[in-house]
Amino acid sequence: MIDLIGKIFIILGIGFDFFGVLGLVRLPDVYNRLQAATKCVTFGSAGILFGVFLMHGFTNLGFKVLLGIAFIFLTSPVAAHAISRAAHRSDISLTEKTVVDHYQDDKELKEE
Amino acid sequence: MTKENKGRVIVFILSLFVYLGLTSFTDLQEIITGVIVAIIVSLLVGKFLLSTESKGNAFKRFFYGIAYFFKFLWEMAKANLHVAYLVIHPQVPIKPGIVKIKTNLKDDTALTVLANSITLTPGTLTVDINPAEQELYIHWIDVISTDKEECSREIAGRFEKLLMEVFE
Repeated sequence: MIDLIGKIFIILGIGFDFFGVLGLVRLPDVYNRLQAATKCVTFGSAGILFGVFLMHGFTNLGFKVLLGIAFIFLTSPVAAHAISRAAHRSDISLTEKTVVDHYQDDKELKEE
Repeated sequence: MTKENKGRVIVFILSLFVYLGLTSFTDLQEIITGVIVAIIVSLLVGKFLLSTESKGNAFKRFFYGIAYFFKFLWEMAKANLHVAYLVIHPQVPIKPGIVKIKTNLKDDTALTVLANSITLTPGTLTVDINPAEQELYIHWIDVISTDKEECSREIAGRFEKLLMEVFE
């Protein structure tokens, strides 16, 4: 039974990873792609690891997997934050669909 | 116990746990090595962990922390379905933009947790943070409004109340 639940988690995780990768291809600019890359891929990878944890229980492998989940959750938003900030600072433009950019407005105010 | 020593003890326990988790909880050799490594690590970096004295009821804050964790998982599941919907829609119906929001949190740790939670939840990504004026710049994949107050309520509102209880 627990094996089956673990497998369901792994399948869900692979599904979310798939959407993340699809987003990486389909969305228009760096910032939107980061959205797909952080959310879907974090959740998907965590799902796969959690499924593995359910199948193996509190063994050596299980603990490693839990630590992996914790570190993914800690590092992936920080990486996304760093990449998006660096991209904006090196003037990588947003897509034409963009409605508003308060960050750019504030940066120009500071420079004046 | 002083603030620094408290930080060292916490770092010691955490790093020992991580080390044993990565190797083995039953092997005596690994436990001895782990204790030595954990002592070195805690002496080196322990003083950076705690920046403020803890305040308030620890048990109550712990309870709110758990509540926050589950709320966060729920929001994150919703976020994933939303992004998945945007991605498989044939026209990719996005309306992206960078908005500025204001938060009432002051503590560094609280701001970090808020920024990371925003990054992992519905269509929002923290681009930059301005601790002096308590402002965050958020890239939003589906901008509903450009008004600062309304954005703050929409994006940060669902976490702020619980984080206030945990950190302040």
